[in-house]
Amino acid sequence: MNHSRSYGRWIDRRPTGRFTTRSLHMDWPLLFGLIALSGVGLVVLYSAGGQDMDLIWRQGIRLGLAFGVMFVIAQIPPHHIERWAPWLFGVGVLMLIAVLIFGAIGKGAQRWLDLGLFRFQPSEIMKLAVPMMIAWYLAENTLPPPRRAMAITVLIIVVPVVLIVKQPDLGTSLLIAMAGVFALLLAGISWRLVGGMSVLVAAFTPIVWFFGMHDYQRQRVLTFLNPESDPLGSGYHIIQSKIAIGSGGLYGKGWLNGTQSQLEFLPERSTDFIFAVFAEEFGFFGILLLLALYLYIIARGLYISAQAQDTFTRLLAGSLTLTFFVYLVVNIGMVSGMLPVVGLPLPLVSYGGTSMVTLMAAFGILMSIQTHRKLLTSG
Amino acid sequence: MSEWQDKLNAARRWLLLLLLLTAAIVLGWRALYLQWMEHDFLQDQGDARHLRVMDLAANRGVIMDRNGEPLAISTPVDSVWVNPKVFLNNESKDKTTRLAKVLQINASELQQRVATRSEREFVYLKRHVSPELAKKVTRMSVPGVALQREYRRYYPMAGVTGHVIGFTDIDDRGQEGIELAFDEHLRGIKGSKRVLKNNMGEVVEDVESIMEPQPGKDIVLSIDQRLQYLAYRELKAAVKTNRARSASAVILDVNSGEVLAMVNQPSFNPNNRASFASANYRNRAVTDVFEPGSTMKPFAVVAGLELGKIKPATRLNTSPGYLHLGNNTIRDAVNYGEIDITKILQKSSNIGATKIALSMTAEEFWKSLDGVGFGLSTGSRFPGEADGGIGDYWRWNPVQQASRAYGYGIQVTSLQLARAYSVLANDGILKPISFLKLDDVPDGEQVMSAKVASQVRLMLESVVSEEGTGRLAAVDGFRVAGKTGTVHRTTRGGYAEDRYVAVFAGIAPASKPRLAMVIVIHDPMLGEYHGGAVAAPVFSKVMSGALRLMNIAPDDVKALQQRQVAQQNQFLHVAGGAL
Repeated sequence: MNHSRSYGRWIDRRPTGRFTTRSLHMDWPLLFGLIALSGVGLVVLYSAGGQDMDLIWRQGIRLGLAFGVMFVIAQIPPHHIERWAPWLFGVGVLMLIAVLIFGAIGKGAQRWLDLGLFRFQPSEIMKLAVPMMIAWYLAENTLPPPRRAMAITVLIIVVPVVLIVKQPDLGTSLLIAMAGVFALLLAGISWRLVGGMSVLVAAFTPIVWFFGMHDYQRQRVLTFLNPESDPLGSGYHIIQSKIAIGSGGLYGKGWLNGTQSQLEFLPERSTDFIFAVFAEEFGFFGILLLLALYLYIIARGLYISAQAQDTFTRLLAGSLTLTFFVYLVVNIGMVSGMLPVVGLPLPLVSYGGTSMVTLMAAFGILMSIQTHRKLLTSG
Repeated sequence: MSEWQDKLNAARRWLLLLLLLTAAIVLGWRALYLQWMEHDFLQDQGDARHLRVMDLAANRGVIMDRNGEPLAISTPVDSVWVNPKVFLNNESKDKTTRLAKVLQINASELQQRVATRSEREFVYLKRHVSPELAKKVTRMSVPGVALQREYRRYYPMAGVTGHVIGFTDIDDRGQEGIELAFDEHLRGIKGSKRVLKNNMGEVVEDVESIMEPQPGKDIVLSIDQRLQYLAYRELKAAVKTNRARSASAVILDVNSGEVLAMVNQPSFNPNNRASFASANYRNRAVTDVFEPGSTMKPFAVVAGLELGKIKPATRLNTSPGYLHLGNNTIRDAVNYGEIDITKILQKSSNIGATKIALSMTAEEFWKSLDGVGFGLSTGSRFPGEADGGIGDYWRWNPVQQASRAYGYGIQVTSLQLARAYSVLANDGILKPISFLKLDDVPDGEQVMSAKVASQVRLMLESVVSEEGTGRLAAVDGFRVAGKTGTVHRTTRGGYAEDRYVAVFAGIAPASKPRLAMVIVIHDPMLGEYHGGAVAAPVFSKVMSGALRLMNIAPDDVKALQQRQVAQQNQFLHVAGGAL
């Protein structure tokens, strides 16, 4: 590894010398998509949360905070982000270990570090740190990466994933693993390796099933495969949410008129299962519009990735965007009964703060990449 | 980077894009599958979870007196019920304790009650709660606990009309009295509606009405609330002053056979279920039989007159005041000597009555008694009405035949006795008894000649005269015909020496009868026990009040005037003396 690594230097894409809207480092198309999605989220949340204005205010404040974080990060030129990547990753791993040793326990899982002033979930940092670390590491190597680099990359993925699975937090670990895998795919690993890894995953599945999973996780998977086997227990969520989605029909029942959700049959309706509320009230065509909005944001993210000027930014932008996509697919897949319930929110729509801040930080990175230009240096 | 690698990277991008698009399409397809193809099924599943059909209680008909005053009305109340499944799934000790406190029941009892019925979906916690308690329960919003609208019966006259009206059970079904007899008429038809219920089983919204509840029909009784109250008050006072065990009073409209008043003691409050005991709520005037004693004598006279065995002027020798008949001795109070029929009734001579009864065959006497309705239901349709009995004439020996004449060995109800007197009052026509107000006077049956009826009425007026046994039954300004009765109560061992039934049966105004009344007082314990001393004063008070309330013109103005003149004279005399 080249230890005297040069990170280059990034400046404003088209410096004007005076303050314009460009100086804000915002990617306007992306910002528009994010604001539109957040708006839709608040509207659905109003219905899902039983028309509780307090809830909307709290969510609004979180959104404001998250957009603030995005704005601040967008101002940071990519070479700083690249420089910090290994440090952030290292600190993240240390904190994950700390969580396992003396983390706070909530809802049967040990995910939080109590820092006195506030509780902190280190696994959230890893959602950013892992793609950053992989991009940082692969950027130094030639592409496609050689075997040795590949092995190290896999290690970069596996260490935090295992630590998070131990907490246990299947959803987050899945997201982080996928982020790493996407970075690898984008970096251009060989098809043979992709095939080999798939076989490996298939071979490890039974081992994970019997030794790596908690009872409740196993139960979730079983329930997913046959929700009707336990309609009052674990299958309850899936059955109720399928009913909610299905009874929405093509056109939906109208805002605030979803019976499954308004009558409180649907569990977790303002958090993980908010998509079912949306589907019941706005129907199939509503879903198409929502998917279109998500795809627009993802397309913009991939565009930024394609436009990125060096390997680090390209890999990072692509990986973050695809992670966002995984969020979407896993959440909707689980709510509509195609995937097991792993407990991931619908990004930017579900009620809740932590994951939203992380997500917006990722979009801040994307904006920074899009609005800065790398100076070509002789090195 | 070689050209090959560029191509590879491009392919890679396309592959990723394809993956992305595939995933999006899968999500869209899944939505379409659930929302289009599976829509109906899932919609039904959803409806099955939150749409419920709920019963709507129907308002029970109002029971009114003949003047339209309400005697029984239904008011809406709430009952607290629980869905045990929902309750147990969301149980919190704190809420259970608070709920139990509000409902004033033991917390562990409540917990157990719900737990033992955990398989059901509907369990009452408390029926018919007060509005403020209902509000408290609503405000607590305990999961699974909800209110149900029901109707509770309220009886404005409470104990006064209790025996006649009867009462309903907590499910609004008639249990006694008119409430039972006319239950189908009064009862409405339950309706139903479709409602939205939330996960806690609370009704959130009415979706549609499936069937409107149909309220029951009203009933107008023949009872006159004013007479009813008057009779109730006086009977209660009499029971108290004589320390009697029980008592009944019946007032009939002699022309129509309508029951104008019917009261009993002891009474009960139909609004308070705690006071319910069969001994209290039994309508004794209809359900209990007693031996009528001397009040039967006029009917022996009727039989004799009808058959021509005697004439009003016939004189019978009752000396020496006792009469041996088989192994029995029939006695009069004193030796009346040779007296006419009027005197026999006036003095209530057992020997005279015996001689009249024995002047005819058993069958003849039986037919006469049967004719005025003894031993037969009155046709009032009142639940639990007793038929009474006069026995089979072919089994009667002379002693038994004679004892019927002075009212032993037969069983009648107060209502039957009142009806028999109304036959005397109504010129010999027997009318069916009705508890409902009648628009038209029903047809009756002529069971004795009008002449005989009026002859006997005249004789009975003498009973209420100064010389008669029933002088205390007299009513100022009215001519009253009536008969006292003093009967040894039957107990397990035969007739009790010191326990009596005091009876007075009478008619007023005697010249043009309108009302027939029977007062029966069981077991007066304070020394006085004669019908003339215990029952007759009650008759007087109630009858004078009833006649006034019904605006019936006095028919004895002369006596009234004479007394007024006498009083004036006395006043003048006193005044003159003072001067």
